[in-house]
Amino acid sequence: MTQTDAGPLLRIRGLRKSFGSHAVLHGIDLDVQRGSVTVLLGPSGSGKSTLLRCINHLEKPDGGFVELDGDLIGYRPVATSQGKVKRLQELPSRELTRQRARIGMVFQQFNLFPHLTVLENLVEAPVALRRASRREAAATARELLERVGLAGREGAYPKQLSGGQQQRVAIARALALKPDLLLFDEPTSALDPELVGEVLRVVKDLALSGMSMIVVTHEIGFAREVADNVVFIDGGRVLETGRPEDVLNSATHERTRAFLEAVL
Amino acid sequence: MSYSDADLLDARLAAPPRPGRWISAAITLLLAAMLVHSLLTNARFQWNVVGQYFTSSSVIGGLELTLWLTAATMSAGFVLGVGVAYVRLWGSSLPRSFAFGFVWLLRSVPVLVQLLFWYELASLYPRLSFGIPFGPSFGTTDTAHLFSGELAAFVTLTLDVAAFSSEIVRGGILSVDRGQSEAAKSLGLGRLRTFRRIVLPQAMPAIVPATGNLLIGTLKSTSLVSVIAVVDLLYSVQLIYNADFQIVPLLLVATLWYVILTTLLSIGQYYVERYYSRGTRGTATVKGVDLT
Repeated sequence: MTQTDAGPLLRIRGLRKSFGSHAVLHGIDLDVQRGSVTVLLGPSGSGKSTLLRCINHLEKPDGGFVELDGDLIGYRPVATSQGKVKRLQELPSRELTRQRARIGMVFQQFNLFPHLTVLENLVEAPVALRRASRREAAATARELLERVGLAGREGAYPKQLSGGQQQRVAIARALALKPDLLLFDEPTSALDPELVGEVLRVVKDLALSGMSMIVVTHEIGFAREVADNVVFIDGGRVLETGRPEDVLNSATHERTRAFLEAVL
Repeated sequence: MSYSDADLLDARLAAPPRPGRWISAAITLLLAAMLVHSLLTNARFQWNVVGQYFTSSSVIGGLELTLWLTAATMSAGFVLGVGVAYVRLWGSSLPRSFAFGFVWLLRSVPVLVQLLFWYELASLYPRLSFGIPFGPSFGTTDTAHLFSGELAAFVTLTLDVAAFSSEIVRGGILSVDRGQSEAAKSLGLGRLRTFRRIVLPQAMPAIVPATGNLLIGTLKSTSLVSVIAVVDLLYSVQLIYNADFQIVPLLLVATLWYVILTTLLSIGQYYVERYYSRGTRGTATVKGVDLT
């Protein structure tokens, strides 16, 4: 991994994506600074989740690129003899796998592995990627569980936990690979209202510890409190971007104001 | 009419009367009694002959062949079937069409017909050469010596199991939530590891009951090999009754063995299902298993 301290951690330029004839992303440009929290806001169907899924190449973009720490995600540039980029060649699945391990993801539906215990959920990836022995991975997993407030639940199966606990396990699982960037796809939308707080607290703690992350959420209060940067997306375009107090209090676009009024 | 709250609170809760249940139970019991009575009193079942042959060495020999043929075809076929399912779901287009064609063909032709084809392979391709396709050959052998009845039986049943189990496995995999493989991907797990560690184990609860069915079906299908003179359980009793004409008692010998084996397999299935239902709170599917 090359650590280039200058420039943003993540650079997205001109990202386009369509599903069939339906264009979801119309050229997205976005920078995420090291150690910062970016909150993506926008109505459902605006392309927030698709954008997030393009960042770790769960969706293949139709155009544009995503660069993490100077490395193109999902592609390798093939140059012509004149030194111009002739095409972007998709990486073989082995290398995609390696890149994805640098970007953690937390899903709306948690997506814990129900047939594995909490500990096994956390140990699976570090062992599979040969980052650690089973014993070391288990020790790290216990530390992470303590950090998300779930020490002592190692042996439980996901279905035996509440939604909030499951989501905290999912966060610990994403952290087990020590990712450079964490993506949250509406992490509290599937939770009962009284469980939202415990998950947001964990996300906030992570933010304070200097984790770089992108959070798709409808929790405006969270955005106001934790975000360094708020991005408002509508119709597959970035309409507004800036510090939370600017975007949330004095949005320039009518569309943004209408959305904020509806969710607040 | 009014009752006090105390009366209502003290009252016993009872199910509504179901007279139909009592009638159907009585009829069922009556029929069962008639069946048992007939089995015991009709001398033509010749239970003494059944007892005499039940553990005779030739029947046990046939039983052994039935068992290994079932075990071998089921394991080889299932592994092949998982591969076919994998190709159908994630292969590139050409292998995928081949996998589709394989399943289509194998499911279209009755097993008995396939069995006879493999057995008669020698008349279709009398000689088999090894070498470069359309090029020089290094060696040649007669297929007549290659394809014994037992090999034909093995190949036929294995391919049959592969075709059906691939569909079972494919269905099971499709029943697993897509989010599971996405989560595995986002954790940097490779395609094969995701399949083996994450998707397949979760598909198992859907796969096991249908596979139990297939296994029992395969056990019984092995009796088809009697037509190509492979001495399985059925053919071993046929050999005996062809000599002494005690057809019914010897068919009963085979029947009893098939019932015993099927019962044992069903019990095994119960435990396998219980194993794969780890992590699911409800055990309704396990309780619902019919042990027959």
